[in-house]
Amino acid sequence: MSVVTLTINDELVSAQEGQTLLSVLQERGIEVPTLCHLDGLSERGGCRLCMVEMEGSGRLQAACVTQVQEGMVVYTHSERLVKYRRMILELLFSERNHVCAVCVMNGNCELQWEAAQIGMDHVRYEYLNPDLPMDASHERFVIDHNRCILCTRCVRVCDEIEGAHVWDVMGRGVNSRVIVDLNQPWGTSQSCTSCGKCVQVCPTGALFSKGATVAEMEKQHNFLRWILDGREKKIWSYENGK
Amino acid sequence: MPKVRFATAWLGGCSGCHMSFLDLDEKLIALADKIELVYSPIADAKEFPEDVDVTLVEGAVANIDNLKLAKEIRARSRLVVSFGDCAVTGNVPSLRNKLGVDDVLTAVYHEGPGRHPTGGDEIMPRLLPKVLPLHQVIHVDAFLPGCPPDPDRIWAAVSALLAGEPLVLEPEMRTFG
Amino acid sequence: MNRSDLEALAQRELQRQQAFRCRILCCASTPCLSSGATAVYDAINAAIKEGELDAEVQAVSTGCMGPCSRGPMVTVQVKDEGEFIYEHVSPEVGRQLVAYHARSAAPPAEELPEPLRTRLLPSDMPFFAKQRKVVLSNSGLIDPERLEDYVARGGYAALAHALREMTPEEVCREIINSGLRGRGGAGYPTGLKWDMVRKARGDKKYVIANGDEGDPGAYMDRTLMESDPHRVLEGMAIAGYAVGADQGYIYVRGEYPIAAKRLERAIRTAERRGLLGSRILDSNFNFRIDVRIGAGAFVCGEETALMASIMGRRGQPTPRPPYPAQSGLWGKPTLINNVETFGNIAPIIQNGAEWFASIGTAKSKGTKIFALAGKVATTGLIEVPMGITLREIVYDIGGGIPNGLAFKAAQTGGPSGGCIPAQYLDTPVDYESLKALGSIMGSGGLIIMDEHSCMVDVAKFFMEFCMDESCGKCVPCRVGTVQMHRLLERITDGSATLQDLETLKELCVMVKETSLCGLGQSAPNPVLSTIQYFLDEYEAHIRERRCPAGVCTLEKTPVTEWVHA
Repeated sequence: MSVVTLTINDELVSAQEGQTLLSVLQERGIEVPTLCHLDGLSERGGCRLCMVEMEGSGRLQAACVTQVQEGMVVYTHSERLVKYRRMILELLFSERNHVCAVCVMNGNCELQWEAAQIGMDHVRYEYLNPDLPMDASHERFVIDHNRCILCTRCVRVCDEIEGAHVWDVMGRGVNSRVIVDLNQPWGTSQSCTSCGKCVQVCPTGALFSKGATVAEMEKQHNFLRWILDGREKKIWSYENGK
Repeated sequence: MPKVRFATAWLGGCSGCHMSFLDLDEKLIALADKIELVYSPIADAKEFPEDVDVTLVEGAVANIDNLKLAKEIRARSRLVVSFGDCAVTGNVPSLRNKLGVDDVLTAVYHEGPGRHPTGGDEIMPRLLPKVLPLHQVIHVDAFLPGCPPDPDRIWAAVSALLAGEPLVLEPEMRTFG
Repeated sequence: MNRSDLEALAQRELQRQQAFRCRILCCASTPCLSSGATAVYDAINAAIKEGELDAEVQAVSTGCMGPCSRGPMVTVQVKDEGEFIYEHVSPEVGRQLVAYHARSAAPPAEELPEPLRTRLLPSDMPFFAKQRKVVLSNSGLIDPERLEDYVARGGYAALAHALREMTPEEVCREIINSGLRGRGGAGYPTGLKWDMVRKARGDKKYVIANGDEGDPGAYMDRTLMESDPHRVLEGMAIAGYAVGADQGYIYVRGEYPIAAKRLERAIRTAERRGLLGSRILDSNFNFRIDVRIGAGAFVCGEETALMASIMGRRGQPTPRPPYPAQSGLWGKPTLINNVETFGNIAPIIQNGAEWFASIGTAKSKGTKIFALAGKVATTGLIEVPMGITLREIVYDIGGGIPNGLAFKAAQTGGPSGGCIPAQYLDTPVDYESLKALGSIMGSGGLIIMDEHSCMVDVAKFFMEFCMDESCGKCVPCRVGTVQMHRLLERITDGSATLQDLETLKELCVMVKETSLCGLGQSAPNPVLSTIQYFLDEYEAHIRERRCPAGVCTLEKTPVTEWVHA
């Protein structure tokens, strides 16, 4: 595989051809926030948090869906980008009922953490306070639409890793909702294998294990790497959990 | 050095932020040397005084009294700080926003258990159609999130404010919830 | 069928048509049908039958004639006498038309008997005189359900010419030289796109016609598909030959049942005649076209969402690159053009690139179809040369603003476009000029507003549209449109502060720059352009709590004032 050279924040960087810009940024420890991206799942380019500026292009590009190219000149933390990331988080917090204080994921939530990281300490937009349901019909898991940010990690992990495609999205715009099968109670789903992958990849408190109460839910993403390394590289054992 | 005229106020919230403030424990003694507490739920003052340097406001703006007090605070304070998640985001009090005001009143007072107050407005201040975070009602100078903000956060914030520095908390200290 | 069979078919049909002394063309497009054209057509046919005039008079059900607000429209062609165009034709008037034109040689217009006289449109009416029909050249003159009608007017001759006389590369070159640009709105040079797909490697390639026209008030594509379906199919087939595709899809929105039906029928007839399908016109070129029906999502007009929809997936856009030209339907190189773009292809091949390039301005060639709507005397569908001024469109073709009111603004490009104020009425209509004014050419919606229109309200209308139509995939568009709409709602209901206006402006720029697809990227345009030209109206709403146009109610107050309430 050939190597390409690009400039990131005025520093020359080399990368493998075919790599996404986001993976290069992450390798180099350049922190750009992400929510819909998850290592091991297909890229979606929906949250728009990882957008970067690119010299010679008037448009901002989402790093997760941009392939590195020879001679690329990238800026990741311009004033404009920092402002936009903050605004995107404000929009997300205004969209549904993200009340961290009473959420199962309080303290472990990716959305909560990204806001703190960026310094998004208040939302200037009107809170929309939609009236959204919870579905606790599954014997082990619960979905609370009030906390969902529509990153569709659950949809992708169920389709791409578990191969069940239980989850999908219904409706459009701000009325979009992730649904089980043909929008039926989760507990009645015949296709759901109850593997819990969707719960583990969910960045917020939208999907959680039954019985967890405020700040009790923690999630593990490592299993994705294990499964994919097994499938792709035939690595089947991890010593010391590594 | 003259003492900083310092106030705290309690709008629509559970008073947990004030409890956490009291949890500053021995730091309160150090604080007492620097500030004069001119208005607070824990001080004896009926009117919000003029010429306040710093006011920490706990709670969301839920009713007409909250709104009046918020406007008074803004008019009479140099720095207004949203103190805790209710003031910053609306938090738990704003959970009622997805219901109409009338529905809330009916459910709580008329259909709820026990005797319900009669007479309406004289007893209870009129509820706003929506519970709002403080900054959507008045200009707010700094934000101190947390439910409640733990004493370390409060101390970091108060120290900065008393030193006349801008309030910039570490990421770990500025999470909601 | 081969080329000479095609010519013979054209000749036969022409002779048949010329046998009639009088042809009565009745519009059967959606606008006229909704105002009762079916009954008119039936009445005319009945009158012909009753009068035993079958040999002299022919009633033809045709496509759109243009002045849709005046429908049902009927055109009477009388041999040696010329054309008579009638508006608001009722079944009764239809019968009188037959009786009158079938017999007598027509006297001057002013001597026509009532009610025919008042319904006859003057032959020099600027509505018609200022137009230039290239794409719509057959529209209103042929029966869209008869292949013979199309062939008689030179249909499929361009395809036959391309297949026999030109290499795919030459076809692409011809389109490049013509200067044709995409009519969907963005204006990308069509020929370059074709050449890219032609050069792209792939064992299979696709051609898609985008007929998912969704802008409010716009119906250019519907009209073309309803009035002259074969024109679109021929353009697609030529494109298929040029890029090396053997399968085409025409994506029609679900709200266009008549267009879909006529296209299906046209495809079947063309296949039967060997003009589509296998070994077209006895050549080695195979090209199948299938109709795909949309399910009512505006975002499916965006090319990547449209392709997802064709593939049976949720109609949501995907980030580009890769562009469809490299990786489109099922990962194969795909050419996707607007229906109107395909409508230009046959005339270019037939008359040459030079002829086409002679119409229009330096950078915008040819003609553009607009759906003229709003506060003008005559609304309808018009085709004008690029470079015509807005003033000519509004005052000559549209007949000016009714009720003695003043022109305020023209909205082009629908929810992705902007408003152009009166001081730019003399701007030539082309891609670059409209862009410079903060609007876009767009697909062809053109809404005229008079002084009774509130520009904040207009911006709110379009934002509501975008909010409802956002697919929900990316955050800026999904939530940003809702928040922008809320802010506009506050301005129009009186609860906004000047800070809200700043928040709105900042949000507009952010949504424009960070959204995933064209829908979100262009959704703020109506707001930005009205703020640019009508800032005083926004400020009057907020500062003075007054709507200058008298549209908004402003019944609320800003939250800080609730204390006094």
